Amino acid sequence: MPPLLSSSETTVRTYFIELSYLLASILFILGLKGLSHPETAKRGMHLAEFGMLMAIVGTLMHLEIITYTWIILGLVLGSLVGLAMGLWVPMTAMPQRTALSHAFGAFAAALVGISEFYRHGGHVDKVTMGAIGFEVMLGALTTTGSLLAFAKLQGLVRGTPLTYKGQNIFNMALLATTIGIFVYLIIVPGSLPLFFAMAGLAFLFGILLVMPIGAADMPVVMSLLNSYAGLASAATGFVLSNKVLIIAGTLDGFSGFILSVLMCRAMNRSMTNVLFGAFGSAAISGKAGEQQGEMREVGLDDIAVQLAYANKVVFVPGYGMATAQAQHAVRELADTLEKRGVTVKYGIHPVAGRMPGHMNVLLAEANVPYSSLYELEQINPEFPTTDVAVVIGANDVVNPDARDNPGSPIAGMPILEVDRAKSVVVLKRGQGKGFSGLENPLFFKDVTGMLYGDAKETLTRLVQAVQQA
Amino acid sequence: MSAETLISALYVFALAAFLGYLVISRVPPLLHTPLMSATNAISGISLVGSIVTAGADYNTVSTILGFTAVFCSATNVVGGFVITDRMLRMFKRKPAGQKAEGKKQ
Repeated sequence: MPPLLSSSETTVRTYFIELSYLLASILFILGLKGLSHPETAKRGMHLAEFGMLMAIVGTLMHLEIITYTWIILGLVLGSLVGLAMGLWVPMTAMPQRTALSHAFGAFAAALVGISEFYRHGGHVDKVTMGAIGFEVMLGALTTTGSLLAFAKLQGLVRGTPLTYKGQNIFNMALLATTIGIFVYLIIVPGSLPLFFAMAGLAFLFGILLVMPIGAADMPVVMSLLNSYAGLASAATGFVLSNKVLIIAGTLDGFSGFILSVLMCRAMNRSMTNVLFGAFGSAAISGKAGEQQGEMREVGLDDIAVQLAYANKVVFVPGYGMATAQAQHAVRELADTLEKRGVTVKYGIHPVAGRMPGHMNVLLAEANVPYSSLYELEQINPEFPTTDVAVVIGANDVVNPDARDNPGSPIAGMPILEVDRAKSVVVLKRGQGKGFSGLENPLFFKDVTGMLYGDAKETLTRLVQAVQQA
Repeated sequence: MSAETLISALYVFALAAFLGYLVISRVPPLLHTPLMSATNAISGISLVGSIVTAGADYNTVSTILGFTAVFCSATNVVGGFVITDRMLRMFKRKPAGQKAEGKKQ
């Protein structure tokens, strides 16, 4: 680097950069703190955005930067793509978008790691090599894993788990090989081919990791990939000795980790079970064969009358509401009922949908006030006094077997106890089983009536019928 | 990397982890999707590493990798913040006109 700058200017610049990073770190933390309540969240995010801007401006002053062409080109193109995605992605596609952004973030981390290794010709000290290894491995496996998750969520690949004999053993062996190469590179540095082999294996491992995981387990996988992407960023911070990177990456990593623990708890399953259990595959569904009576199909007009003269109605949405894009129709029905003096609430299960908080966002999009959205613990005591519980495209999260049948594969999973309501209406596309292939005894109970058909259409017709009731 | 640098980096990591745990466990399930997109945007801060790699002219490969990384991170930063804002604007309290039934979440 040509010594164009005087030493005092160098010092000033360094201070400016470091202080911009410090400010960014503080603003990021304040931004996340704002997310503890919907009222403070927006302001919090503006602080974080300002922090990001400061960090970027600071970085542009970096002494090692010689040409700005590629930086500006990358910034402009990336911002345009990001802006387009941010503005036009529909809320129902939020899980896919999030999966894609995990892939992007992790890929960027992996690339920076590869570049650091490459430019030193592989001759880096042991500590740096350790950090680069973590960065590249986590980054690579998160990239491909997230891309596969994206493909599954977008419907490009079938959502069912893909399993074969000896899968777990093969995956473990592959992971062990990858880590083996990593350890070898720390002890004996300098081999480019081995380094690329490690990166390649990590890319492959990401695919193998997500392959056997079913779409219903996506909330956990999304959170876990979120966590890995964050940790890859944090590792980048170690490689570059950049503290704002460490802080932001760690916050991201821990946020993902906390979410995945919460999601696992909401399904009463361990992390290993989610990752290696291939839940929802044929092996499990064969088990619950016996039948408990008839499903009772009910008429739309009967339901409309029931709803119109109810005191309290609770809606329980599931992924089916998202696929049918029925959130606006739900809101319309709720409005019509509220005008008649019916109390309307919504019961949201933590793992309903395909990512944490999925249902809340969809209902918020349809203008449902967040004060009407209730968590599991809050709404369950209310079901005995509920006249009608309306289940919209949800299945496992309302399956009473989880509570009553210790032999059930989902035994112990906390459920929304809609079967305690005076009457239950289940809106369902067809008579088939739910995603996990489990029989749901709720559908055979005396209090339950089934309404088949597209949820959006059914709800719209219900609105008209209620208005005439 | 010297031992001192590593240790101070580990301090930062440990404290950030602790702080992250405290801050994030207070986020209600209501806002879990915005939380995910917000942390995503924030971890797009890896942009600062990518910018240096793209502009330092170490060698052609590094520049290409750096440029790609800048593109990816910038997409995340801008996309992540725009979408988080969009989501948060949708979360509304019950309009004042209606009966004040139902406490906040």
